[in-house]
This record gives sequence, C-alpha cells and structure tokens, in this order.
Amino acid sequence: MLTCENEKELALRARNMRCHIIRMLEAAGSGHTGGSLSIVEIMALLYFKHMNIRPQEPRWPDRDRFVLSKGHAAPGLYAALCEAGFFPEDELKTLRKLGTRLQGHPDCKKVPGIDMSTGSLGQGLSAANGMALGLRLSGKAARVYTTLGDGESEEGQIWEAAMTAVHYKLDNLTAFLDHNGLQIDGDVTKVKSMLNPGARFQAFGWNVLYADGHNLRQLDAAIELAKQTKGVPTMIIAKTIKGKGVSFAEDKAEWHGVAPKADEAVQAIEEIMAGGCK
Amino acid sequence: MEKLSEMKAIRAAYGEALVALGAENKRVVVLDADLSHATMTLNFSRQYPKRFFNAGIAEANMVCMAAGLSTMGFVPFCSSFAIFGAGRAYEQVRNSVAYPHFNVKLAMTHAGITLGEDGGSHQAIEDMALMRVIPGMTVVVPCDANETKKAVFAAATINGPVYLRLARPATRVFEQNMSFTLGKANVMRSGTDIVLFACGIMVATAMECAAALSQHGISVAVVNIHTVKPIDRVCVLKWAQRCKRVVTMEEHSVIGGLGDAVSDVLLGNGNFAFTKIGVQDRFGQSGKPEMLLAEYGLDTAGSLARIKTLLG
Ligand SMILES: Cc1ncc(C[n+]2csc(CCOP(=O)(O)OP(=O)(O)O)c2C)c(N)n1
Ligand SMILES: [Mg+2]
Repeated sequence: MLTCENEKELALRARNMRCHIIRMLEAAGSGHTGGSLSIVEIMALLYFKHMNIRPQEPRWPDRDRFVLSKGHAAPGLYAALCEAGFFPEDELKTLRKLGTRLQGHPDCKKVPGIDMSTGSLGQGLSAANGMALGLRLSGKAARVYTTLGDGESEEGQIWEAAMTAVHYKLDNLTAFLDHNGLQIDGDVTKVKSMLNPGARFQAFGWNVLYADGHNLRQLDAAIELAKQTKGVPTMIIAKTIKGKGVSFAEDKAEWHGVAPKADEAVQAIEEIMAGGCK
Repeated sequence: MEKLSEMKAIRAAYGEALVALGAENKRVVVLDADLSHATMTLNFSRQYPKRFFNAGIAEANMVCMAAGLSTMGFVPFCSSFAIFGAGRAYEQVRNSVAYPHFNVKLAMTHAGITLGEDGGSHQAIEDMALMRVIPGMTVVVPCDANETKKAVFAAATINGPVYLRLARPATRVFEQNMSFTLGKANVMRSGTDIVLFACGIMVATAMECAAALSQHGISVAVVNIHTVKPIDRVCVLKWAQRCKRVVTMEEHSVIGGLGDAVSDVLLGNGNFAFTKIGVQDRFGQSGKPEMLLAEYGLDTAGSLARIKTLLG
C-alpha cells in the first residue's frame, strides 16, 4: 500500500521529472515530448519505490533491471535516472548534442543506470525476457521491468516475446503497456486496429492488470500484485495520456516528436508546477 | 558546370514524385510503417487513400505485404527509415522480395548520419552494403531533389527490386536538365589529376572539394555514381585510368558501399592511388547533421584533408 507520505514524495518526483523532461527537450530543440510525459508516474514508482538499485553502484549484479522498450521516451528515463542520482542534473541540457552521453535513444554503453540500449521498437520485451531468464539461471531474486508503447505492440516481435515470457513462466518480469492511444501517424485504433491490447496479452497467457497510468495508488497496487503472482509474467495496461501535464500537448499526435520552444516550455513548466503536486 | 540554386530535402522530392507517379500509373501503391510524415508518403496517402497501406509499426510485415501486392501486378513502393527498411526487414527483403525477384521498390529515408539527433540506433551506415550484396537488387542513391524525382520514375520502369537510399536534410539542388539513366554515371566535372566518385549528398561535397582544389591548379573530375548497383563499370574505369588517383565519397560505412563497389571494378585493371571517404567503421551518434559530418570527416574540410593524402 502506498502511504500518504509515499504518495506525496512520488508526486513530487513525478513533477520534477516532468520539469526535467520539458527543460532538456527545450535545450535539445528536438525529441519526443508526448511519450516521455506519459510514462512519468510509471518511472517514479519504479525508480523511487519498487526497483532495488544503487545509483552509486550502477552495475550492482543483484539490481532490478529496467528496459525502456519504447526507447524514444529516453527523456523520461533520463529524468528518472538524474532524479535518482545516477548523473548530475546539469548533464540534462546536453541531450542529443554531439558528444553527449544522453543520446537521442538510450545507450547502455554510455549512461550509468541504463541496462539496455533501445530505440528500434519491438526489441525490448525480448531483451527483458533474456534478463529474466538470466536472473533465474543465476539464482538471483531480482526482477525485470519494461515499458512498451501501444503503437510499438504492432511489431510482431512483441508477440514472439509475449509467447516466450509465458512459455518460460517468467514471473520475475513485469511489463507496462503505456496505453496512450497514439502513435506517429495518429490513433492506434486507426493506424492498425490496436484494440484492447489487454485482452490480447491475456489470450497469450499473461496475468493482465489494469491501472490509470497517472494514478500512483493504482499503479502501485498493480506492481505489488505482480510481485506476488507466481508462474506467469504480468502485463500492466496503464491507461495514459500522451503529453500528460502539458495542456497543449495532451492527447495530440503532433506532439509525438517535437520539442517545446522557449515560450511553450515556460507555459509547460507553469502548468506542471500548478497541477503536478496535490 | 553545375548551377547551385535552392536547397531541398531529397525525401520531400520523393513525396512529390510519388504523387506524380501515382497520377500517371494507377498500379503504383504505397506502403509505410507509421512514418508517413517523415518519409513524406503522406502526400500520396492523402491523394490516393485507396492505394496507400499503413502497415503499422511492423516493417517486416510491410515488406512481405508489398511482395504479395507485386504478384497481383501492382508496383509497390515501401517506405520507412533506412535502418528499419533495410535493417529490420533485411531477411524479408532478401527472401520475399529479391529471391523471387519481385517488382518491389524500397524507398528508405533518413539514411546515414545526417539523420542527426535521434542518434546511432537510427543512423543506417550499412544499408547500401546490405542491399548491394543481394543478387538482382538495384541500388540507387540520388544526389538531390531533381535526381530523386527521376530515380523514382526510373525505378518504376524496370521490373525487379530497387532500393532507393534517401537522405533526410535539405541539400543543394543541381540544375534541372541533368540526364538520368539507371546504371549510367553522371560526369559532373571533368579533370585529369584526380577523380572523385560520389553518391548521394556527398556529390555536392565533392563539387565543393573540386572547386577548392582547382584554385590550386589541380584538375579534379567528379563523377556522380547515383546507381551504385549495377555500377557503371565503363565510366568508372575510364575516369580512374585517366586520373590514376581515385577517391570515393559516401555517407555510409567505408565497408560494403560505394568505395567497395568502385574498388571491385578497379581490381586487376591497373595501379591507382585510392582512398575511401566514408564512415570509418564506427557507429553514428546524436548531433546536428552538419556537426556530425564534420566529426566523421565527411564535410568539405574533412574530405579535402583525405583527398590531399593522394596529392602528395
Ligand atoms: C522498429 C521501429 N520502427 C519505427 C520507429 C519510429 N518510431 C519511433 S516512435 C514511433 C511511434 C511509437 O508509438 P508508441 O509505441 O505508441 O509510442 P508512444 O505513443 O508511447 O510515444 C515510431 C513509429 C522505431 N523507432 N522503431
Ligand atoms: Mg502510444
């Protein structure tokens, strides 16, 4: 259960992360705003409550792993890692610039705290499966978490991986589907009839849970339940809003791959500060 | 001599060419994988919605759909980023398109490091190599917007798989009436001391290098190898033998691309001083396109430095 104090701290973290996302994207002048903002609560719960990690020892062998399968949401991951102390906040403004560690898509060779390089959609769930198998084989109790996009789930490889996770009974794996309803060319139901992803994963044998992806209590309860589930992997279908927290970007496909300009960033930060922390 | 005029993105020209081709040829169909805004197939999808198929984020699926459509007499153009169209869907291209020699056109955009800020995961520096190695595949790398348009129309006239490698940024446009025949290189400038064989956006860089060197009394030939496969052997041999100093210039790995195609032609045909300008066996990274070109030695200054190693 999430205590009131927990919830307050996490909400504060989420608010800070949203501000980091806006500021780093504005400084970069390009990047993925919508899909970074939609995963913030998921990341806050993972990095500040559930994941067993050591920012001072990023390669600690017993750590929980995280794979950002929808790698274009890198700013959401960088915001969490920076808040958690994996690297200094100052570095955020180097995002996407020549020579930076903070590449346009996560690079595990460069950034402490990143377990897998991603960016090509559809590959992360398979990698997470491999990590879960590896942890089990090494007799480690650590868990693997991964976040997928709903558009990303159009990749056939996601369903190859979905079968694999069930086949190997990977109950040390918890996946989130960031179900924001949008991809680049528009609504996920219009581009490819990506209807009811939960039922699809269920049909593949997953333990499927549903949560409001911006509700910390609901997400927390789902993650707890996943930890207790034995013999099957868990998929948490997180209903989210792309661009969450910034009125002009919310639920807009156009905000998938553009960064806020200076005046937009000012407005965005104002809105986040006003609404982010209850 | 070329006249430098406007700047225009090669992918923008691709979008326009598809619409024009679609008006002329009702068998042309277009497929994309959730990148229609970036690849510019959006224009076609609006003009001819019935002949446009969005495969979703499923590049392998898209390529095999195109294979199937081609068996019904349609002329499919598939688009995505080069990394996904040539990379992700490689084996589908190889086995479902090229092996049966189907009439599928693979027009992949954002090739090379000038894709920019998205970084190394998205920058295809090996797509020419992957496509060149497939039997029966035609590989075309247009140098500007005009040539892109001609290449799109030409690709539709031949029966078989064609890979069109298209760049993202706005690049300079050469004069309109440059001729274009698949498999026939374009001599952009004649010279006797050194020949620069270039493709894609590096043709403009080659022209700049040539202009700079000519100030120092060096006579530089520039040959635009828009069709990397099948390569114009006669033209390559002629200019290499005339100049004896040979440079290849490509926005691609020096392994498997234009440089290797040219060296294959020259092998056993004489002694040449030879160097390849390209990405020297390293991955790309995030950054602004122009800064990346400098970092990887593909801008005019970097190219000149390498060219000068042959001039002694
Ligand atoms: C294999 C692959 N194909 C295409 C892309 C280009 N791309 C980047 S993001 C994106 C849309 C993703 O939609 P979704 O998974 O729903 O992400 P979100 O809405 O959470 O941003 C596409 C097509 C890619 N990165 N990888
Ligand atoms: Mg989405």
